Amino acid sequence: MILGKVVGTIVTTVSHPHYKNRRLLVVQPLVMDGDTPEPNEDFIALDNTQAGIGDTVLVNREGNGARQALKNPDAAVISVIVGIVDSIYLDY
Amino acid sequence: MLFGRVRGTAICTIKYPGTEGVKLLVVQPLNKKLEPIGILQVAADVVHAGPGDLCVMVRSREAALAMRDEKFVPVDLALVGIVDELEVKPDGTFDYTVRRGNNQFT
Repeated sequence: MILGKVVGTIVTTVSHPHYKNRRLLVVQPLVMDGDTPEPNEDFIALDNTQAGIGDTVLVNREGNGARQALKNPDAAVISVIVGIVDSIYLDY
Repeated sequence: MLFGRVRGTAICTIKYPGTEGVKLLVVQPLNKKLEPIGILQVAADVVHAGPGDLCVMVRSREAALAMRDEKFVPVDLALVGIVDELEVKPDGTFDYTVRRGNNQFT
């Protein structure tokens, strides 16, 4: 799972049945202090938690985990937002 | 999952069994600012997209799962949605860095 920030929303009227009634969000992965965010590292994730723009989220980027999260053994989904992060504590 | 812009169609007379009738589109992968990433690729279409459409694509094994009938097909990129509206906040709106110590987000 990775940490990211929701930076955008996508509206699709025509979409695959597995994507119906859920929102698609654009996520930018977080980086360590001192690093610059990669311009092409952003991706699209299906929302499973009612996240919105500006939220820090936990994203599962693996198909089998996504299918479990969506409770659909055939879901054609890779990235699913599975949590909204309140705080992160880094020791080192 | 990523954005792609449909640039054209690819036509094959000989196809792997199970992929007959699947429309193949030539797409340019894009980032959130809709700038091209890498080279043109071929994607299987399940949402009846047309040239010029901005689409949502899915990669790897999940692309084959997006197919309508046969799910065990050699497909690794599929179009799963046509974008009608896209709202992306510009760079600099949010801080993407995690610092040492406590990072409070709410």
